[in-house]
Amino acid sequence: MDEVFKALADASRRRLLDELHKRSGQTLGDLCQHLDMTRQAVTKHLAILEAANLVAVVWRGREKLHYLNPVPIHEITERWIAKYERHRLQALSDLKRDLESDQPNPKP
Amino acid sequence: MNKPELVYTTYIRTTPEKLWEAITQPEFTREYWGGLANVSDWATGSPWQHVTNDSTPEVYITGKVLDNTPPKRLVLSWADPDALDDESRVTFEIEAINDIVRLVVTHDHFVEGSTMADKVSSGWPRVLSSMKTFLETGVGLNAFAGCQ
Repeated sequence: MDEVFKALADASRRRLLDELHKRSGQTLGDLCQHLDMTRQAVTKHLAILEAANLVAVVWRGREKLHYLNPVPIHEITERWIAKYERHRLQALSDLKRDLESDQPNPKP
Repeated sequence: MNKPELVYTTYIRTTPEKLWEAITQPEFTREYWGGLANVSDWATGSPWQHVTNDSTPEVYITGKVLDNTPPKRLVLSWADPDALDDESRVTFEIEAINDIVRLVVTHDHFVEGSTMADKVSSGWPRVLSSMKTFLETGVGLNAFAGCQ
């Protein structure tokens, strides 16, 4: 779990995860196109994210595809968020999103 | 060749054989998978079902066993019984790494216009972390607590 927190404690790595959340299965080249980082920096950050199991990798031929793996983040949620609190937290985070955006947040 | 769409990995302190049983034995799946059981004889080509544990079981997911190589690889077709055309594929790959086991779950082969990926993408992390807790402690998590 230390590795997960260390991996998440960096804005560039969180942006990489955001990018994979937007579009899964990206190659190193895809990721470099969308982010203002050098190829070396992206490679380094991806290695840290992979080591923390936040990024899963699939080889397709010679292409290495990267996927956001949310399982460790879910384990953190399970550890510290009591299950009966989840509804209230969801309501609060919906409210925060509503208030911070101009668009109303459609109810799921 | 299409890209897989959903890929999840988790590392579990267990053996490949125990993990295989956790996926394929109804009495184990019920413990961590929201009370539902995976039922099949698991022979390649056989049907499988993800069902409730009632006297009249309700089928949530149904499909066929496409590949069965215990304790390494299990490939299932996957569909809601009310929307059998919306069929996708789930692959469980199990690999021992020293005294832990890596499980990779790939959910792919979604048909055009499929709604299944949206339905399962928040469920898989819950199921896999509950499975990990079950195998490591003997008690599963309430995997779908908080879901509506």
